[in-house]
Amino acid sequence: MEVVEEMDIQEQTIGIAPVGCSVFAYDYMDIDMQEAAHGRACAVATGIKRLMPDKYVFTYQGDGDLAAIGIAETLHAINRGENILIVFMNNAVYGMTSGQMAPTTLAGMHTTTSPDGRDVGYYGAPIKVSELMAQLPGAFYVTRQAVNNANAVRRTKKALQNAFKYQQLHKGTCLVEIIGNCPSNWKMTPIEASKFIDEEMVKTFPLGDIKVPKTEELKTI
Amino acid sequence: MTETKLMKGNEAMAEAAILAGCDAYFGYPITPQSEVLEYLAREMPKHNRIVMQAESEVASINMVYGAAGAGFRTMTSSSSPGISLMQEGISYIAGAELPCLIVNVNRAGPGLGTIQPGQGDYFQSVKGGGHGDYKMIVLAPASVQEMADFVYLGFDLADKYRNPVLMLSDGAIGQMMEKVQFKPYTRPAVDKSWATTGKPGTRNRNYITSLFIQPERMEQHNLKLEEKFKRIRENEVRFEEINTADAEYLFVAYGLSARICQKAMDIARDKGIKIGLLRPITLYPYPYKQLEELAAQVKMMLSVELNSGQMVEDVRLAVKGKVPVEFYGRMGGMMPTPEEIVHHLENLIQYHHAN
Repeated sequence: MEVVEEMDIQEQTIGIAPVGCSVFAYDYMDIDMQEAAHGRACAVATGIKRLMPDKYVFTYQGDGDLAAIGIAETLHAINRGENILIVFMNNAVYGMTSGQMAPTTLAGMHTTTSPDGRDVGYYGAPIKVSELMAQLPGAFYVTRQAVNNANAVRRTKKALQNAFKYQQLHKGTCLVEIIGNCPSNWKMTPIEASKFIDEEMVKTFPLGDIKVPKTEELKTI
Repeated sequence: MTETKLMKGNEAMAEAAILAGCDAYFGYPITPQSEVLEYLAREMPKHNRIVMQAESEVASINMVYGAAGAGFRTMTSSSSPGISLMQEGISYIAGAELPCLIVNVNRAGPGLGTIQPGQGDYFQSVKGGGHGDYKMIVLAPASVQEMADFVYLGFDLADKYRNPVLMLSDGAIGQMMEKVQFKPYTRPAVDKSWATTGKPGTRNRNYITSLFIQPERMEQHNLKLEEKFKRIRENEVRFEEINTADAEYLFVAYGLSARICQKAMDIARDKGIKIGLLRPITLYPYPYKQLEELAAQVKMMLSVELNSGQMVEDVRLAVKGKVPVEFYGRMGGMMPTPEEIVHHLENLIQYHHAN
């Protein structure tokens, strides 16, 4: 929201809130928004953006919403190169329903539905959404950031600024994955959770840019 | 003068969508209605409209949600299995009060069923289909002409009530070729100040949602919807009566079944059986009152459907046991012949009224 305000694009921005912890995202943003069904945010965003191509359209989705039930809508929207921003909050767990295993739950990580730790032989390995989606030609900018310290927050903000700006180019989808924590469902203190990101989460989900536009593609900004 | 054309029902519906000012169509191929997407893929770009083949019916109904929420005139179409996939989205659309048109070219089921026509989606269409308390306005065309006309009507009713409208056609009406005229159409002015078009400083933000987590607020929203459905029931009942003035018996049938019953009625009348036909045009709201009134006049009603007996339950609700209400139907994409229906009618008359 800070980025939207700084860019002074409130009048041109429409957000899509998903189902999950992010379901209340609209409470924190004074812009026009639509609530989407679980996993369908990218389809809803497509419907909006195709009819209003000059508006800024973004979705805000958690790992269950985007990587499990909504991965088809997400993949196809990116493959079509929809000029939208997908903000992907990854905390490796279903938060709203209190701590079940997500597609991004780390190997061996304990959740209420993987009480003995995620068995990758049974459930497969955690999905690296950003690496997967970056392979699609429709993906224009893909980056993974975190928000567990002041520097990380600054870098995430910069990524969001870039992604909003890139929408003006009509060149494809921007995906900003943000590694978040969930102390209550991780059964950790906030400090422990923050440390867990630095020491464990980044092993599976390394931070940084995964796909960046070429310099000549950015000339018109 | 309005030109008369020879067209398939599905194509007439697609052409009417363009003439009705449909801004965007989102769809997924499925027999027997793929002509709609094909026709619009060819024609919509010529009018600078949006047409998109989505990755699934789940996606297409949610694209409709987004476009409708942004204030655009939008639609999708599919056939039975695809409409089942859309039920989640339809429930959200009804909950968020978004106007749009959904067309079901009904094929016989359950499951993958067959690609032949059926009317087995009656319950799904009028009694819910998706989760929660909501209703769609349901229009049942019985000709290619009505498949075109009900596009205009459907969009206008959707806008008027901020509610999804379903056109429940079937594989036969969708595929048959008939004469059709596209009448001049003026789109009524509609207030869409609720749409998410980007928030200027001069108004509060618009928020499209079906989420009301506080029970008190959810109930208020439910009551608001119920009040709307009551207005729809009071103002939007549509039906056609044929030969009811002197009728002693009554066929009740919609869509394709009504077409077959018209022929059966002619045969029965030639045999001296005074039978009429009531054809519900809106399946929701349903013409309960008209059927109740006719129950005071006729000796028996026969509901003819291409299913195992679904609408007959609404006929019985309307008639309240005053006269016998019987059912005749075929399933699996099979059509009853008019002679077969008359034969069944004669047997029922013999059973109930042989003195």
